[in-house]
Amino acid sequence: MEGIDLGNAFAQSLSGLGVPADVARALWLPLPMIVILLTVTVGVIAAVWGERKWSGMMQQRWGPTIIGLGGSIQGAADGVKLLIKEDIIPIKADPWLFTLGPAIVIIPVFFSYLVIPFGQGLVLSDITIGIFFIIAVASISPIGALMAGYASNNKYALLGGLRAAAQSISYEIPLALSVLAIVMMSSSLSTVDIVEQQETLGLFSFFSWNIWRQPIGFVIFLISALAETERAPFDLPEAESELVAGHHTEYTGMKFALFYLSEYANLILASLIASVLFLGGWSFIVPLEPLAALFGIEAANPVFQVVNALVGISVTILKATFFVFLAILARWTLPRVRIDQLLDLGWKFLLPVSLFNLLLTAALVLLSNTLKTTLPLYLPLVIFVGLVFVAMSLQKRPAAKPTAARA
Amino acid sequence: MTFSEGVQLVSFIILTAIVLGGAAGVVLLRSMVHSAFLLGLVFIGAAGLYVLLNADFVAAAQILIYVGAVNVLILFAIMLVNKRIPTDRPVFSPRNAVTGLVCAGLFALLAVCIFQVPWQIQEPVAMNTVIEIGKRFFSEFLLPFEVASVLLLLAMVGAIILAQREYIPDRAEGEPEPLALPERPRDEVDTTPTGRR
Repeated sequence: MEGIDLGNAFAQSLSGLGVPADVARALWLPLPMIVILLTVTVGVIAAVWGERKWSGMMQQRWGPTIIGLGGSIQGAADGVKLLIKEDIIPIKADPWLFTLGPAIVIIPVFFSYLVIPFGQGLVLSDITIGIFFIIAVASISPIGALMAGYASNNKYALLGGLRAAAQSISYEIPLALSVLAIVMMSSSLSTVDIVEQQETLGLFSFFSWNIWRQPIGFVIFLISALAETERAPFDLPEAESELVAGHHTEYTGMKFALFYLSEYANLILASLIASVLFLGGWSFIVPLEPLAALFGIEAANPVFQVVNALVGISVTILKATFFVFLAILARWTLPRVRIDQLLDLGWKFLLPVSLFNLLLTAALVLLSNTLKTTLPLYLPLVIFVGLVFVAMSLQKRPAAKPTAARA
Repeated sequence: MTFSEGVQLVSFIILTAIVLGGAAGVVLLRSMVHSAFLLGLVFIGAAGLYVLLNADFVAAAQILIYVGAVNVLILFAIMLVNKRIPTDRPVFSPRNAVTGLVCAGLFALLAVCIFQVPWQIQEPVAMNTVIEIGKRFFSEFLLPFEVASVLLLLAMVGAIILAQREYIPDRAEGEPEPLALPERPRDEVDTTPTGRR
C-alpha cells in the first residue's frame, strides 16, 4: 500500500504554482533536516522535564515548578542560559580538538534519526541498510568522547573519555547481536520492513510484536542501550565521585550544552529504536487498517490516512516515552556499578547470552520456515518465563525455610 | 540509490579532497594523536566514496569497523602509551628522504598498474546489496569467507591468551620477568594509622 509521500506532494504543489520540479525538490531538501533538529530539540526539552519531574516524584519532592506550566520549559530556559554563557577553552587545551569533540559526539545522533519511522511513509529515508546504518553511525560517537577527553588536557577528562570509548565499544557487540536476531526474523535491515513484519497477524498483531518472540534479546537490548547512552547506573564516564564529570569536566557554555543535548537525544533515539524493534513501532495495539476494513472504510480514504498517520506518530512517541521512563526509573533507583562490574556484565554475561539468543533464533526461524508456522518463534518466551519463574522461586527459598522448620 | 551527474562529480571532488588531504595530514603532522584523528576522517571519506559507488552496506561496514573499532583502538594505544616525540627533528633528514623515495616508488607502481589494466566499466545496477553480498558469500566466495573467519578466530584466541597472565611460561629464579611493563618499583606505604599516636 502507498502511504503518505510528503516529499512528492510538496514538489507537486509547488510545481502547480509554476516552480520548476528541480527547484521544488531542492527546496524540499532542507525541510526534513530542520524538522529533525526541531523535533529532537523539543524532544530533549520534554525528556529533561520528564527526568526532573519523575525524579522529583521518586524522591518525594516537586522538581521544577516555576518556569512554564509545572516547570515544563525549564529545559529551554537552561538551554538559553548555556547559549549566552562565556565559552572557555582552557589555556593548555588543544583548541581544535576541544571544539571538534562535542560536535563529533552529537552529529551521529542526529544522523541516526534519519531512519526512524513514525508511520507508513513517515520516515526521512527508508534505506535498505536501515538499522545497520544506525549501529554504524553510532560507533563514531566514542571518537568524539576520546577527542574531548584528550583535548581537555586534564587527567579526569582523559580517563572519562577512555572509559566512555571502552564502554561503548564493549556494549555495542551485545546490542548489535540482539538487533541481528530481530533482523534474522524479519529478513530485512530496513526499519520500515521490521515494523511491517510485526503487523502480520491482522487484528491480533499485538502478539506478533517482537517482544513476545525475542524476550531475551529485549532484555539484552535494554541493558546495552542503557549502557550505550552512558546513563546511570552505567554513567561511569562521568562518575562524579571519581572523575569530577569525566570528559565534560572542562566544558562550559554551548559546548557543554551539546554534550547535554547529545545525552538526551541519544536516550530518545535508543527509546525510539527499542519501540521500533520490539514494540511494533507505529502499530497500535489493535492495528487500524484491519479495523477499518472491518467497518468498511477504504485504506485509501484521505481522512483515514491522516488519522492513521496521527495515531502512528502518537503511538511511536508514547512507546518511546515508556522507554524513557524506564531509563529514568533505572537512573534514580539503582546504584552505579563499578568499572570492572560493568565490563564483566558486558563481556562475560551479555555477550554469551546474546550469542546463544542468536543461535536459538536462527534455529527457530529455520524450524518455522520448514513447518510453515510462526509458532516455534514463541519458544524463547516460554524459556524466558520459565527462567524468571525458576529465579524467583530460588530467591524465595531461604526465607521460607525457617518458618517451615518451626512449624 | 542514484545521484545526478553534477551531484556525483561535486561529491567525488569533496570526498577525494578529504581522503587525500587527511592522508597527507596523517603522515605529515607532528602530533601522533592528531594523525590518528585524521585517520578517522580518511576512513569516513573512503566510506563516502563507497556510497558514491552504490555500495551502501560496504560503506556502513567501513564506518563500523574502521572508524568505530580500528581507529578507536589506535587512539587507545596512543593515549595509553603517551610517548613523547621530539619535535625538533629536521624535516629534510636522510631518513625522511628514503621514506619519501619508497612512497613515491610505490605510488608510481600503483599508478602504472591502474592505467595499464583494461578495466571493465560496469553500469550501476540498483539492487539490495545486503542480500547479494550474503548470497555471494555462501556460494562463490565461501572458501575465502571461511578462511577469513578462521583467521579472525585464531587472532581472537591469541589475544585472549596474551591477555590472560596465567598462560605466560614459568621462568627460572633470578631471570627478569619476560612480559612486564616498565614500571617503577612499588613504594612501601606506611599503613599504620596516623590519626592517633
